Amino acid sequence: MEHIRTTKVEQVKLLDRFSTSNKSLTGTLYLTATHLLFIDSHQKETWILHHHIALVEKLALTTSGCPLVIQCKNFRTVHFIVPRERDCHDIYNSLLQLSKQAKYEDLYAFSYNPKQNDSERLRGWQLVDLAEEYKRMGVPNSNWQLSDANRDYKICETYPRELYVPRIASKPIIVGSSKFRSKGRFPVLSYYHQNKEAAICRCSQPLSGFSARCLEDEHLLQAISKANPANRYMYVMDTRPRHRMQSWWATQKDIGRIILNAMANRAAGKGYENEDNYSNIRFQFVGIENIHVMRSSLQKLLEVNGTKGLSVSDFYSGLENAGWLRHIKAVMDAAIFLAKAIMVENASVLVHCSDGWDRTSQVCSLGSLLLDPYYRTIRGFMVLIEKDWISFGHKYSERCGHLDGDPKEVSPVFTQFLECVWHLTEQFPQAFEFNEAFLLQIHEHIHSCQFGNFIGNCQKEREELKLKEKTYSLWPFLLDDQEKYVNPLYSSTSQKPAVLEPNTVAFHFKFWRNMYHQFDRTLHPRQSVFNIIMNMNEQNKQLQKDVKDLES
Amino acid sequence: MEFSELIRTGQAQAELLRGPEMPPLRGTLCVTGHHLLLSPGPQATPDLWLLLLRSVDSIEKRVAGDAGTITLRCKDLRVLQLDIEGVEATLDIARSIEALSSLESVITSFPFFYRPKGLRLGEAWHFHPPERYYKRIARETWSSPLPVPQTRAWRLSEANEDFSLCPSYPRAVIVPRAVDDDALARSARFRQGGRFPVLSYYHAPRGTVLLRSSQPLTGRQKLRCAEDEELLRAVLAEARPGARGFIVDTRSAQAAKQARMTGGGTEAKAAYPGWKRLHRPLERGRPLQESFVRLMEACGDPEQSMDRWLSRLDGCRWLSHVKEALSTACLAAQGMEWEGACILVHGAEGTDSTLLVTSLAQLILDPLSRTMAGFQELIEREWIQAGHPFQLRCAHSAFSHTRPKHEAPIFLLFLDCVWQLGRQFPLSLEFGEGMLLALFDHSYASPFGTFLCNSEKERCLCEVRTRTHSLWSGLNQPKEQRKLRNPLYVPNPLAIWPSVEPQSLRLWQGLFLRWTHPPEPSEVAWEKVWQIATDQKTEGSQPTDSASEPQP
Repeated sequence: MEHIRTTKVEQVKLLDRFSTSNKSLTGTLYLTATHLLFIDSHQKETWILHHHIALVEKLALTTSGCPLVIQCKNFRTVHFIVPRERDCHDIYNSLLQLSKQAKYEDLYAFSYNPKQNDSERLRGWQLVDLAEEYKRMGVPNSNWQLSDANRDYKICETYPRELYVPRIASKPIIVGSSKFRSKGRFPVLSYYHQNKEAAICRCSQPLSGFSARCLEDEHLLQAISKANPANRYMYVMDTRPRHRMQSWWATQKDIGRIILNAMANRAAGKGYENEDNYSNIRFQFVGIENIHVMRSSLQKLLEVNGTKGLSVSDFYSGLENAGWLRHIKAVMDAAIFLAKAIMVENASVLVHCSDGWDRTSQVCSLGSLLLDPYYRTIRGFMVLIEKDWISFGHKYSERCGHLDGDPKEVSPVFTQFLECVWHLTEQFPQAFEFNEAFLLQIHEHIHSCQFGNFIGNCQKEREELKLKEKTYSLWPFLLDDQEKYVNPLYSSTSQKPAVLEPNTVAFHFKFWRNMYHQFDRTLHPRQSVFNIIMNMNEQNKQLQKDVKDLES
Repeated sequence: MEFSELIRTGQAQAELLRGPEMPPLRGTLCVTGHHLLLSPGPQATPDLWLLLLRSVDSIEKRVAGDAGTITLRCKDLRVLQLDIEGVEATLDIARSIEALSSLESVITSFPFFYRPKGLRLGEAWHFHPPERYYKRIARETWSSPLPVPQTRAWRLSEANEDFSLCPSYPRAVIVPRAVDDDALARSARFRQGGRFPVLSYYHAPRGTVLLRSSQPLTGRQKLRCAEDEELLRAVLAEARPGARGFIVDTRSAQAAKQARMTGGGTEAKAAYPGWKRLHRPLERGRPLQESFVRLMEACGDPEQSMDRWLSRLDGCRWLSHVKEALSTACLAAQGMEWEGACILVHGAEGTDSTLLVTSLAQLILDPLSRTMAGFQELIEREWIQAGHPFQLRCAHSAFSHTRPKHEAPIFLLFLDCVWQLGRQFPLSLEFGEGMLLALFDHSYASPFGTFLCNSEKERCLCEVRTRTHSLWSGLNQPKEQRKLRNPLYVPNPLAIWPSVEPQSLRLWQGLFLRWTHPPEPSEVAWEKVWQIATDQKTEGSQPTDSASEPQP
């Protein structure tokens, strides 16, 4: 509380950012330890969690007061006018402090108390069980086994303890391979396709420089390839754009010509597999840009759609310049390539980018979602996020900027994943058990720090923070509210080809208004189809029940 | 003239390609007076494929070796390819299609020969909107709480019985009771094409009216017409003492001024006390046609990159036209609903943008016009009888190679705006997307007579009503209903104010990409919505009133 000087300001105006008539609501602004709260004259409450605040700005004083603009990570933008400059200044300073915490222990999750006892909390954490999930996929089996190599996080700090690898890959091979891969992230199983006996594996880039090779790594890839009895070759997908890698190669080669090998090796930190050294691999670049490109793309998108009185032309040229939809399409295309390799060619696929926790997570999880209808259910989707994102070390805390840190580490990688899923729900309205509200709610909580799931950057860090003892898991709370998130059109039986084959022609990509304007009510359809169908469905069920009751 | 003179060949063997998702058809191709037929033989399904020649927009032929290919681009935006055996046969068929699809004579067109089973001639021509609509107004004014003299403010005039006042108006029009037929005749002489101000819509909740006309012929000398001024004064006087009026001119102030040079002009402020002019320029004519053509060019290229697609979507400006049309309609509707003002809409001729604005304003304000019957009546009254020159405007659609003369997709723009309203208020329109698609198809080429000719006068001369079937009788058959109706419809007594921000508008994929990307999953989903909704209705329960309150 030491950051809070003023807890209550009256006669504050809240402006509607898109209203042309400058409509505003007058009310009282409260500052609590966790939230900023505005109650207008109709007693309507607007709660803004401090952790959601991305940017606070104090604009130049006007005749009506001092404007305070707050942009949130869930794309809410509020524009207050505080009558007295001193109050505004106090709130501004408090919010600057409160929205950027220095240590994990100050995050909301550590103080959030939903009145559950310890056993309830523990049960919540056990809701998603990855060991169960691997069993469901059909591993361990004659080709794949659980490896204890990383049981104490000795080989790779950012991987989970439990990893599945080909049965024929011995521990020395794994250790050798991990030394050859950036951050020790050696190739492991992400998804096993039982019918095709093919696997999706993931890793980070090889530290190959321009000439180095690693026999253990080559063996490990061969083992993955052999674990698939149906196909001799496997794909290695480098999710980075070819042009970036090739220009890097070119400079490496030039350097190599001029200076000593040792010098060049020292510069090595990037690389991709040399097809000559690996037998039976097919190498493929798929062209997803890096976190910095994505961050600035989103920034541009938000600048465009935040403009008041935007013309249609400015909107579309802005969409084009931001490149956001192009990036979404690139992620989607990569996932489709992955799913096709497995379905059509029966080939296993190894996916990597640089560190193997951003683009790799996007592509592996989306690919699995296309292949396996289970991940399109409410529970399955939770499992998918726990597996490919949380357990494999997507750096939520850095990417979502939970703590005051390097702004260059922030990037909307997970948001892009959710947006890809949304595009799939638009193309396949019956294939998903959950609706848009579910995706929006998850997006809300990756930033809220209200639950422990997304805190920290990897499992090791989460264990050290004792999250399972000190915080709650999000999933049981979402399940409790399940009826809000059910897609009434979902039909598990209509999915005859269980694999989704989305169309990625440019026409099919649309601006996700309900994400980027979630809180701008004036831009929304005024009536919700989902709500009415849900109501009808409920009433139908009730009537059927009544009929049965009457008959019996 | 005999059709047989234009038919160069009896028949040929051909294969028909109907788009990406449809299997090709092989069989005997044959050209008749009005149709292109392909008969794949008795075992095949379908056993006969038919295309109305009138719906061919452009034709391209190519020959190679001893076979030829004809590409037909249709007015409903379909692209068909025919591979024909024999060079001579190809050229002959192409020439026959060219000649027969461009016949201009109305009375030899297919509707005069179309005699479907189950429909009787003369049926559903029983809408007589001026009379019928007058009865509604009389009823509404009588039951309104207005003082007695105002309840009889309007009368049905048959001054145009023989189309002598205005060739593009119907026989009967609704005008202020205070103005006699002689005065109407004088006002008609002062307005382009004789289109003097007539009532378009009576907004009972506020006792205000929407009028439409063409531009006054003030010319360089700034002529005036006492009867025309008296007519508009009477409108205000009868609405309410001290009532105000707005003249919504669909041209820019500049363009309106320039029109004086060619004999047109606008209402001078001094001559029409109480009326205020507002200029809201709307594109029509060639720029609108070009916008449509460019949009379809963009929609025909699935290979383009995301950036190219967004830039073409921006460049064609179609969605800008949608935004402008909706904004202007909102302006007119707000004038009536919020300001209690009378509105007169006109541009130059008053047969294009004017009708777009008046008909959209009615959909926004009038719940009856959002029902199936009300919408049909609206189109009959505000487009067909109001003299939108369908024959000229819809002679060609987006693919024609001939230089556009009078073509413009203004009716399509109207349908697109209605589709946007339906998307924002998915429960408030009784008709669905299928109805809008059907209207688009029939307005360009139809076996029914409803959209034939340019005005009531021409339709009388051609005896359209007695010699052709009405589209409404075709559409109102029970078997068509599932395609045309909105299963989620719940009557909404309120005005529906759309959001016109670019983020809220979407490209109408169901129309512009209908044939290239058949939205199969969403059709299945639609079927499911129907199922849920009909379960609901047959079980006799009432849907809950979840029509959210529209916000301005």
